Amino acid sequence: MPREDKIMLFLIRLAAAIAVSVLLFIVGYIIIQGLPTLSLRFLLSSPTDMGRGGGILPGIIGTLTLTLVSILIATPLGVGTAIFLTEYTREGMFANLVRFGTESLAGIPSIIFGLFGFLFFVIRLNMGWSILSGALTLASMILPTIVRTSEEAIRTVPDAYREISFALGASRWQTVTAIVLPTAGPGIVTGIILGLGRAVGETAAVIFTAGSSLRIPRSVLDPVRTLPVHFYILAREGISLNNAYGTAAVLLIAILLINLSAYLVMHRISIRNGGG
Amino acid sequence: MPKIKAINFNFFYAKTQALHSLNLEIKLNNLLTIMGPTGSGKTTFLRALNRLNDRVPAARHAGQLLLDGTDVYAPKVDVAELRRRVGMVFALPLPLPLSIYENVAYGPRKKGINSRSRLDTIVEKALIDAAIFEEVKDRLNSSAQHLSGGQQQRLALARVLAVEPEVILLDEPTSGLDPLSTFRIEETLQQLKKQYTIILVTHDPLQAARINSDVAFLYLGKLIEVGPATEMFTRPRNRRTEDYITGKFG
Repeated sequence: MPREDKIMLFLIRLAAAIAVSVLLFIVGYIIIQGLPTLSLRFLLSSPTDMGRGGGILPGIIGTLTLTLVSILIATPLGVGTAIFLTEYTREGMFANLVRFGTESLAGIPSIIFGLFGFLFFVIRLNMGWSILSGALTLASMILPTIVRTSEEAIRTVPDAYREISFALGASRWQTVTAIVLPTAGPGIVTGIILGLGRAVGETAAVIFTAGSSLRIPRSVLDPVRTLPVHFYILAREGISLNNAYGTAAVLLIAILLINLSAYLVMHRISIRNGGG
Repeated sequence: MPKIKAINFNFFYAKTQALHSLNLEIKLNNLLTIMGPTGSGKTTFLRALNRLNDRVPAARHAGQLLLDGTDVYAPKVDVAELRRRVGMVFALPLPLPLSIYENVAYGPRKKGINSRSRLDTIVEKALIDAAIFEEVKDRLNSSAQHLSGGQQQRLALARVLAVEPEVILLDEPTSGLDPLSTFRIEETLQQLKKQYTIILVTHDPLQAARINSDVAFLYLGKLIEVGPATEMFTRPRNRRTEDYITGKFG
């Protein structure tokens, strides 16, 4: 191998090694710091004394419900937009406008979403600090991810399938539901999971809209404190660094699991496509 | 009345004209072979007949294209219904990503037939008529992706037959197949032409000769010559036809 190639290979390997070690270091550090706090009791009990003692059960429930509701709102909107962009419009001004809009949405800092959610959902629509306000805010935040990945997944469906379907007298909608969506399904699910991962870890947009209540919510109109918000408050106000690390470890493990499942779903597509 | 009649039919993709004042007739339950080199407008003609060309941006037509005396481009025409009457087999033998059974049941289901027993009857008959039933009857529920190319193309034919069309369009259906698979498709067509009006598009003069039906020779979007294969292949009236069938170009 020429000398030049050897040097480049070394540098590229070094870059990859640094990238992986940063990830491993952060994950390892948080988990090692959080591990002593982690226990079944920590996961399944309510916090006491503002979070100095007890566990994070309300935070887990709050994070799960908030994320779930936001996915339930964002999925039909996002997948619907993707179907509209790919199947129902020809490339033109309007399609580009919609695409530009969703992409701009992806570039807005999350604190701005938080501020918007506070002013619009919490105050203007009078929903108060609640799961609903938070979920609507999160949904608008993860919408671009879902639109983008769904659109890409739908575009990989061979056009020949559509032609066959149309030639057999199927309508556009029949073609979408019977052929396009099932074929693009794993890609769309991957996008939803990635959106989910983003929603689970979001702090800024949530703290303004879902509140920071330590009680277990009874309805979607109740406020919640999600895990990232709990972590933020514990650490920032110096309440309990140990419990903050414990919370962070739980959150990190959850996000790793979510990303792993996204990877597995994607991996299944490549196996299926490769296997014919 | 002819089943299909083109009267001064022109077709354009944006500024490119693909068909020039085409005048052509196909009688009921007849097989017409359209022969011509790549770019002669054969596929455009088929895709105008079932209006699949509607999907192409900036495509437009002029003149008339009649099915049973009604212009397929008339405003009142229901395009989905038209496509059920005018079925199409594509050049690329591609099954839908479904089971063998569901591939054939696809068209009937989209028409609203959901009764399992009715679908069973339709699927079996279509597979028998497309001469593939014996080969697949024991694995109807397995994926159609694992069939051979020739089988996939006969499955595509069965898929069209299941919709009970009046006209079947075949766009170079054997271009990707081996000689034996080609022979089996051609043999099947000879059976089917008794009940269906068929248009077969091919770039292969030998296939047109084997099919031995009426042949239309299309060149650069113009109809050069039309007549029975026996006449065209023994006494071509036009010099370009003669050049094409003797392999001087194309």
